[in-house]
Amino acid sequence: MSKSAYEIDSQVDKIERYVIVAWVDNEAGVLARLSGLFSGRGYNIESLAVAQVDEVRKISRITIATNGTEGVIKQIQAQVLKLVPVHKVNIYPINKKTIFRELALVKFLGEKETLSKAEKLCVDNNFEFLDKTSKSFIVQALGLRTEIDEFIKKIKVLGEVSISRTGALAMNKGAETVKDNKGKVL
Amino acid sequence: MDNQLTGAEIVFKALSEHGVEYIFGYPGGAVLPLYDQISKQKKIKHILVRHEQGAGHAAEGYARSSGKTGIALVTSGPGATNMVTALTDALMDSIPLVCITGQVPTHLIGTDAFQECDTTGITRPCTKHNWLVKDINQLAETIHKAFHVANSGRPGPVLVDIPKDVQFKKGIYKTSKEVVVETYKPKVKAELTDIEKAVELIVKSKKPIIYSGGGVINAGTKAADALTEFTRITNFPITSTLQGLGAFPGSDPQFVGMLGMHGTYEANNAMHECDLMINIGARFDDRITGRVDAFSPDSKKIHIDIDPSSINKIVKVDVAIVGDCLSVLSDMLTTLKHKHSDFCNSNKENISGWWKQINKWRERKCLSYKQDDKLIMPQYAVERLYEITKGQDAYITTEVGQHQMWAAQFYKFDKPNRWMTSGGLGTMGFGLPAAIGTQVANPGKLVVDIAGEASILMNIQEMSTAVQYKLPVKIFILNNQWMGMVRQWQELLHGKNYSESYTEALPDFVKLAEAYGAVGLRATNPKELDEKIKEMVKIDRPVIFDCRVKKDENCFPMIPSGKAHNEMILGPEDDEGITEEGKVLV
Repeated sequence: MSKSAYEIDSQVDKIERYVIVAWVDNEAGVLARLSGLFSGRGYNIESLAVAQVDEVRKISRITIATNGTEGVIKQIQAQVLKLVPVHKVNIYPINKKTIFRELALVKFLGEKETLSKAEKLCVDNNFEFLDKTSKSFIVQALGLRTEIDEFIKKIKVLGEVSISRTGALAMNKGAETVKDNKGKVL
Repeated sequence: MDNQLTGAEIVFKALSEHGVEYIFGYPGGAVLPLYDQISKQKKIKHILVRHEQGAGHAAEGYARSSGKTGIALVTSGPGATNMVTALTDALMDSIPLVCITGQVPTHLIGTDAFQECDTTGITRPCTKHNWLVKDINQLAETIHKAFHVANSGRPGPVLVDIPKDVQFKKGIYKTSKEVVVETYKPKVKAELTDIEKAVELIVKSKKPIIYSGGGVINAGTKAADALTEFTRITNFPITSTLQGLGAFPGSDPQFVGMLGMHGTYEANNAMHECDLMINIGARFDDRITGRVDAFSPDSKKIHIDIDPSSINKIVKVDVAIVGDCLSVLSDMLTTLKHKHSDFCNSNKENISGWWKQINKWRERKCLSYKQDDKLIMPQYAVERLYEITKGQDAYITTEVGQHQMWAAQFYKFDKPNRWMTSGGLGTMGFGLPAAIGTQVANPGKLVVDIAGEASILMNIQEMSTAVQYKLPVKIFILNNQWMGMVRQWQELLHGKNYSESYTEALPDFVKLAEAYGAVGLRATNPKELDEKIKEMVKIDRPVIFDCRVKKDENCFPMIPSGKAHNEMILGPEDDEGITEEGKVLV
């Protein structure tokens, strides 16, 4: 079967989940540049976390969870690096060398009995309660995406929930750091 | 406060600092302070276009033909949106442009003010970078950064959006030396280990091909010289992309013609059969590769590109060299001469079999066409134009379509920067404004826009610009009364259903020229063609040449969509059934 010029051969490779981290100048429009690049070139954004991490240098750290083949991920890295406000781009494959964290706030609503069942589920997971009333509580769920997914699945069965989730954050283990062009730790 | 300048003064001081001589623009409410400043200074001349898109393409023609940066100046709202096509065109073809747009005053931004649009939002994906300058004290710095980004790495368009109040405000001027660019630092010099790997492949190859592209042109005339030296030393056959034409002399026997969809039989077959492909400053565009999974199946591939994102994007390569073409070619030449000094002597022998094969492909004479003694064949028209003008160091621009491909096939370029055409975006209406920009950059030279009668009508208003500034551009229209390439694809892919591709009610181009104050000429048969072309060349005014050509001629050879390099159609008698999958492609 013949293939078109648009089906690049790397697509026969395995599609995997990756976390891409970009250090950017915190200026107007920088997030639109990045998200526009993803939508314009047909890349997927599974989750996104952005905040300024260096007030002096005005640098923000953007963490994007996405999926693709190794070739596509490398292409994304090269494309992101071409954006003028981008200092550095790092790719974190999902493996044991990297710490990943996500956070969710979950508000649970229920009567006495379901409330206590749900509370026990939170305690078993070591999650912290942030607010409690006779009809509800808010819990902070912290962990890997799969752990939070699992927790949400279970608590949803018990009653009504309202959920707010962050995107993934990533950092490599050990003393190794990512540095900018001048050798400063990012 | 005396050392402070207005925003408008800062803009022109910064432009002068970067050696700007010409601006292509169109005034409007949000740029009036800048236009006020134009008349108060003498260093920079303004060329008034008739449509903002024309300003963009003229700046592109200026940049491409001179190696300098093209500058465009337009107003907010419609001025900016009319610029979008030209910016996208420049982005696709890697042309350095600095576009300055006016914006509504800062306090009105976001209020849907008159002639307001989100210019930086709209142009974000069609520029390398853009800036909205809200602080007068950032203005000089931003313009310096704009020049840096437009010209560094892979060149491209940038845009600086300046609200009207900022143009009036006073602030401090910073010189470009005082500005530090922290993030955008593309790599120019390649790793020596990569160069050495490439040279090892080069000396071993028995069936090599050099495939050069627009990157060589962008790297400057010295890069073209280095490419020529490299090609001569290696004695390798060389083909070129549409954008790369002229980097290596087109009339040289080592040049096997353009490659790709309408490239030559010998170039495409050499690409398919080679054992080593050396891509210098090209990007494996879909017009070049054809079917990717059948693209040059048995070759090792070297890819030289200044843009790391071009590497392994479409075609996986064996040796990737990220760097500027001039720097890389010089390093490769040094390594080759130093480590393999006897290579040039031994190599002719080594690849003689390959040249024999290439010459066999050449014998097919893939560009031949059936001559007609009553009708002008479009190919013949371009051939005659070439023969008559080849000694004059002419500059050729084109519109987009069949005429563009015939121009690329039949006009031979021996120098870089002589060929301005819209390749990536394929913008009809590019040629006339580009010719105007080219003529501005190259006064006294012959500039010809090889056009189609449909394309030329897309920016015909720029005739007024040519007449106003006495720019003697020649518009050579291959008039077949069809949108020729659309008609050709409808013939080949849509069962000859010629839906909306015939142009009724065309203007009388001779009278049209006269109406603009230019000269109109017409040729309708092959016998008068030479004489009329000579007349056109002699006239020192803008000319529209209505060259009436055979109406239903198709552009061959052709790799049909979805096919590989070795599956070319050479002429109408070839019927290489196009697959359903191929029909979906553009």
